[in-house]
Amino acid sequence: MAEVLVYVDHVDGAVRKPTLELLTLARRIGEPVAVHLGAKAEDAAKILGEHGAVKVLAADAPEFAEYLVAPKVDALQAAYDAVSPAAVLLPSSAEGKEIAARLALRIGSGIITDAVDVEAGDEGPVATQSVFAASYTTKSRITKGTPVITVKPNSAAPEAAPAAGTVEQLAVTVADSSKGTKIVSRTPRESTGRPDLTEAAIVVSGGRGVNGAENFPVIEALADSLGAAVGASRAAVDAGWYPHTNQVGQTGKSVSPQLYIAAGISGAIQHRAGMQTSKTIVAINKDEEAPIFELVDYGVVGDLFDVVPALTDEVKTRKG
Amino acid sequence: MSLRIVVCVKYVPDATGDRHFAEDLTVDRDDVDGLLSELDEYAVEQALQIKEAADDAEITVLTVGPEDANDALRKALSMGADKAVHVEDDDLHGTDALGTSLVLAKAIEKTGYDLVVCGMASTDGTMGVLPALLAERLNVPQVTQLSEVSVDGGKVTGRRDGDTATEQLEAALPAVVSVTDQSGEARYPSFKGIMAAKKKPVESLDLEDLEIEADEVGLEGAWTKVDGAAERPARTAGTIVKDEGEGGKQLAEFLAGQKFI
Ligand SMILES: Cc1cc2nc3c(=O)[nH]c(=O)nc-3n(C[C@H](O)[C@H](O)[C@H](O)COP(=O)(O)OP(=O)(O)OC[C@H]3O[C@@H](n4cnc5c(N)ncnc54)[C@H](O)[C@@H]3O)c2cc1C
Ligand SMILES: Cc1cc2nc3c(=O)[nH]c(=O)nc-3n(C[C@H](O)[C@H](O)[C@H](O)COP(=O)(O)OP(=O)(O)OC[C@H]3O[C@@H](n4cnc5c(N)ncnc54)[C@H](O)[C@@H]3O)c2cc1C
Repeated sequence: MAEVLVYVDHVDGAVRKPTLELLTLARRIGEPVAVHLGAKAEDAAKILGEHGAVKVLAADAPEFAEYLVAPKVDALQAAYDAVSPAAVLLPSSAEGKEIAARLALRIGSGIITDAVDVEAGDEGPVATQSVFAASYTTKSRITKGTPVITVKPNSAAPEAAPAAGTVEQLAVTVADSSKGTKIVSRTPRESTGRPDLTEAAIVVSGGRGVNGAENFPVIEALADSLGAAVGASRAAVDAGWYPHTNQVGQTGKSVSPQLYIAAGISGAIQHRAGMQTSKTIVAINKDEEAPIFELVDYGVVGDLFDVVPALTDEVKTRKG
Repeated sequence: MSLRIVVCVKYVPDATGDRHFAEDLTVDRDDVDGLLSELDEYAVEQALQIKEAADDAEITVLTVGPEDANDALRKALSMGADKAVHVEDDDLHGTDALGTSLVLAKAIEKTGYDLVVCGMASTDGTMGVLPALLAERLNVPQVTQLSEVSVDGGKVTGRRDGDTATEQLEAALPAVVSVTDQSGEARYPSFKGIMAAKKKPVESLDLEDLEIEADEVGLEGAWTKVDGAAERPARTAGTIVKDEGEGGKQLAEFLAGQKFI
């Protein structure tokens, strides 16, 4: 069976969930071969094998951390040359897309970004994209070269499919021309203890209606009662009430959870672009004309400072 | 020596309008008004700030797009860019990301550059890959997704806020930069700027000028093919209740029914 390269997104060997989703999708097209760049490939190999990776191609070089993107493209290209895969799948993060694009150019292949589904087709993999702020669904494929596709988080449920997951070292030469952009310093983001925004099953977001950083704990309390991630609209972020890393929307994170709760958010097109594919959408807004209500499965017209705390209490009581 | 800055700007359908696909599954551009991609206004703004901080710099705005894309160039010129290049050719209709990067790279080389500034993503295709593709094609450093950028002494430095970390980046010129909407509010064109823009030069180029064959771009030349586009069915109207003291409870009831609690 044809092999499919899957780029592993991990933090120090801890594999992030979108990679497990990629392995599930890859199995529809062929046999997944994971590419792990950086330290602790052995740690990663266990979970990658459990999710279907027949092989883990591993390379570690200081250049991956010292320079931006390009050395990783060199490594992925080496994996491509070693395997001659039927397709290459990467996560749709900013970096994943940049690596994908440069690889596609080098190997003479087309690229599709932000797929929400990938299936096998007669003429190669077919990717579903959700475009124009999710108002259209398109089906596309790559017509030249080896399909390079980036996939959004939460596009498939990771399935267990035990495979060998044997680690093999991949020889990588980082080209001098790939050392152009130096990473002078790196400050890791502090963990909040809450689930990652793009991976969370439930997201609770607050907008301008939250009316101040001092009120965001109202949103956080609801999120914590549900085990959810916290999101924010750009208006709330621009006002300095919540960090930009939590922004949901076109220029923030794109989320697709089982449940999205928007409190004090009007539902501008740029916000919708980042959450419209959520399975169930709930809004709390005191303006019954707010466009967010066009999207909801359940909406409460009311003051969030009454509704959200009441909901939080109710959730806590029901969960015991 | 003058710092030559090229800013890539895209003309896109207004996102607040009803965007549709045409019969050949390309964006229907007649159907809704176009404008300068809002995210490229941030690129123009940063280029202007870099120019203001430099001894001597010149900003060329560059677009690949249909006749109307001229509007996007005029907007950038009225913000303060010095001149413009418009690549326009009927054979460009339906060009994908790889094709667009080829055309942009050739036009950038022809114009001459020390620094290329892009937006973080277009507001229509939203791929966010063009800057990386340009760096690969031009074989220069990519310094992308910056929320802060400055150029000094032949070097570009900037801050990239990633998913798991914030990074400080540095590269020697020439380089390709992309900036996010966190980089700083874009200025509004002044009346004087709008009047001045009318007199600024706009150079028009076609594929022949760039020595690109028609079959390398357009729908035929694309590396990708869209086989279908379906409008998302309208969501079935949800339940909406007014909070009269019980809103929180009612919502909890709904969430429990959906097994979220
Ligand atoms: C290029 C570009 C990119 C953008 N990217 C993003 C993006 O990624 N994400 C994003 O969110 N936006 C983005 N925006 C901004 C977007 O257009 C909107 O301005 C923004 O989403 C508005 O945020 P909001 O809904 O919180 O605020 P508003 O639109 O001001 O809405 C606030 C809502 O809160 C309600 N409210 C007020 N008080 C209460 C209360 N006590 N209880 C209940 N409800 C209350 C009001 O009725 C109102 O509906 C972008 C814009 C541009 C131009
Ligand atoms: C809904 C939709 C989905 C698409 N999906 C794909 C796909 O999966 N694969 C594919 O190959 N193509 C795709 N395309 C086509 C692709 O968007 C265009 O080829 C486009 O010009 C390049 O991608 P982008 O606009 O997304 O650019 P991005 O990479 O998002 O743009 C980043 C920056 O590049 C610059 N830039 C981009 N285009 C131009 C331009 N024409 N002129 C000047 N500067 C520019 C701007 O500075 C911009 O801010 C899609 C188009 C649409 C409308």
